[in-house]
Amino acid sequence: MYLGEYSGLKLGPATRDAFGEALKEFGAKNPKVVTVDGDVGNSTRTEVFALAYPERAFNVGIAEANMVSVAGGLATSGKIPVVASFACFLMDNAFDQIRMSVAFPNQNVKLVGTHAGISIGEDGPSQMGIEDVGLACSLPNLIVVVPSDAVCTTAATNAILAHNGPAYLRVGRGKVATVYTDGIDFQIGKAIQLRDGKDVTIIANGLMVPGALDAAKKLEEAGLTARVLDLHTIKPLDVEAIAKAARETGAIVVAEEHLHHGGLGSAVAQAVSQTTPVPVEYINVGDQYAESGDPQGLLDKYGLTADAVAGAAKKAIGRKVK
Amino acid sequence: MPELSIDQLKAKAHEIRKDIIRMTTAAASGHPSSSLSATEVVTALYFGGFMKYDPQNPTDPTRDRFILSKGHACPVMYAAMAHAGYFPIEETLTLRKLGSPYEGHPNVRRLKGIEASTGSLGQGLSIGLGHALNARLDKTDYNVYVVIGDGEMGEGQVWEALAAAEKYKVSNLTAIIDQNGYQQTGATKDVLDLREFQPKLEAFGWHVQTINGNDMGEVVAALKVAASVKDRPTAIVSRTQKGFGILPLLEQEGDLNYHGKPLSKELAEKALALLG
Repeated sequence: MYLGEYSGLKLGPATRDAFGEALKEFGAKNPKVVTVDGDVGNSTRTEVFALAYPERAFNVGIAEANMVSVAGGLATSGKIPVVASFACFLMDNAFDQIRMSVAFPNQNVKLVGTHAGISIGEDGPSQMGIEDVGLACSLPNLIVVVPSDAVCTTAATNAILAHNGPAYLRVGRGKVATVYTDGIDFQIGKAIQLRDGKDVTIIANGLMVPGALDAAKKLEEAGLTARVLDLHTIKPLDVEAIAKAARETGAIVVAEEHLHHGGLGSAVAQAVSQTTPVPVEYINVGDQYAESGDPQGLLDKYGLTADAVAGAAKKAIGRKVK
Repeated sequence: MPELSIDQLKAKAHEIRKDIIRMTTAAASGHPSSSLSATEVVTALYFGGFMKYDPQNPTDPTRDRFILSKGHACPVMYAAMAHAGYFPIEETLTLRKLGSPYEGHPNVRRLKGIEASTGSLGQGLSIGLGHALNARLDKTDYNVYVVIGDGEMGEGQVWEALAAAEKYKVSNLTAIIDQNGYQQTGATKDVLDLREFQPKLEAFGWHVQTINGNDMGEVVAALKVAASVKDRPTAIVSRTQKGFGILPLLEQEGDLNYHGKPLSKELAEKALALLG
């Protein structure tokens, strides 16, 4: 059972596919948009743009460090370069280039990490970006966005391309449930409330947003109501929405397809501790590397399930100070 | 963009050397010897008629770009930019001090006319390639000059950039390797011997010249040849001496590398006297 199926969501396109199409559309309107690839454009879907605008697409080969710094130079001269690779090869391999050629000089480069998370499946841990959000969030000037479905990804891609400054967008490999069937009001740095409840708030991003909706349904069946927030932007963080959730529901679960340290969970914990301290529980990959396997099997084995989220919610509710 | 004669360029390089000594001694830190080796090259670029720039309009899209990939040698760039009219030379005496835009390594966000924030070695040529590709997209023909250290050539990213620049045949990109023979802990041949650069760079498809980079006549001649190459990127292996201009003093000090050390006030006075 895929995440979101329990709450009746239909399986939709992969977020990387939505990114590729949105990039091409935006590129049609803005001639400043260019791509710099590390020879995985057919995987990241920048190929869609490259086929439409070959003169604006550069493939520098398997050389992520050079790829990022070339983008930094193009941005310094006024272009809007989009640099996409697997999340791990982009963020981990070229981290210092992102620091020195993009973040520190505050250049208008858009970094897109695809194949994020353990749900890439069979290719295994070497290809799984599960530390990328933590790395990205550590850098000043960088906006960090993790969309949940194709609709959200299209909106996020447009938003970061329109934003004047560096940004990191994280997308996944496989098909995911469509959360936003009725359209989306997407604003960078603004959480989206998908349902309301009074006992607990589930804060999620990416693949775990449909998982959070499943969990909320399961909790409802157990007589508990959960608010669900899609916190697609981790930087800048919607502290107000988090504080409000803590104040009004008194307990929080954070669910993400990332390592325990440095991701959405860490960001939410900081916001909660500084505003309205309440119990917080975490559903994530933990402090470990995963393994090869089928995507659904991996999500189940590493605890990224609706049941795990619902269990964590009950635990957080149980920890409320009476 | 002035176009000075060889003799005038030599005199200008002399002044710039003195400014390098003054600002690093005032800062009581910095890399004067690394700056001194590259002085002829940087002086020729700014004052030999090679670079087109306007200090009053430093973001002119058609300007030529200068990137100091070996960012620790920024005193030579700051001095040249001051002489070119970007800012008064007296200001550079605030080098490395709190609040000064003349930071220890170049920062594009603090100083107009800087094209790349460098200091983490290995990235300048890639950034320069980005600027060079932009010229193609904009259908302009500005040139991009990148000065790289010979120790810096140990960074793998430089070789990634060399390969990609050849792929895109960016003839408006010129890499100048300031081969002063030393890096932080010793001679480059002892630390990581990359051997001859010329055959390596030629094998990467670049046009390559090897010159005495502390001979102004050779520098000017090589830059003219580089500007005439229109079918591929060009490199100049600029063989220099670290601390050129004050070598007798460094010899007396028993340290011909003198890496990352400012001259004491006493030594600086001797250096300025030596430079005349």
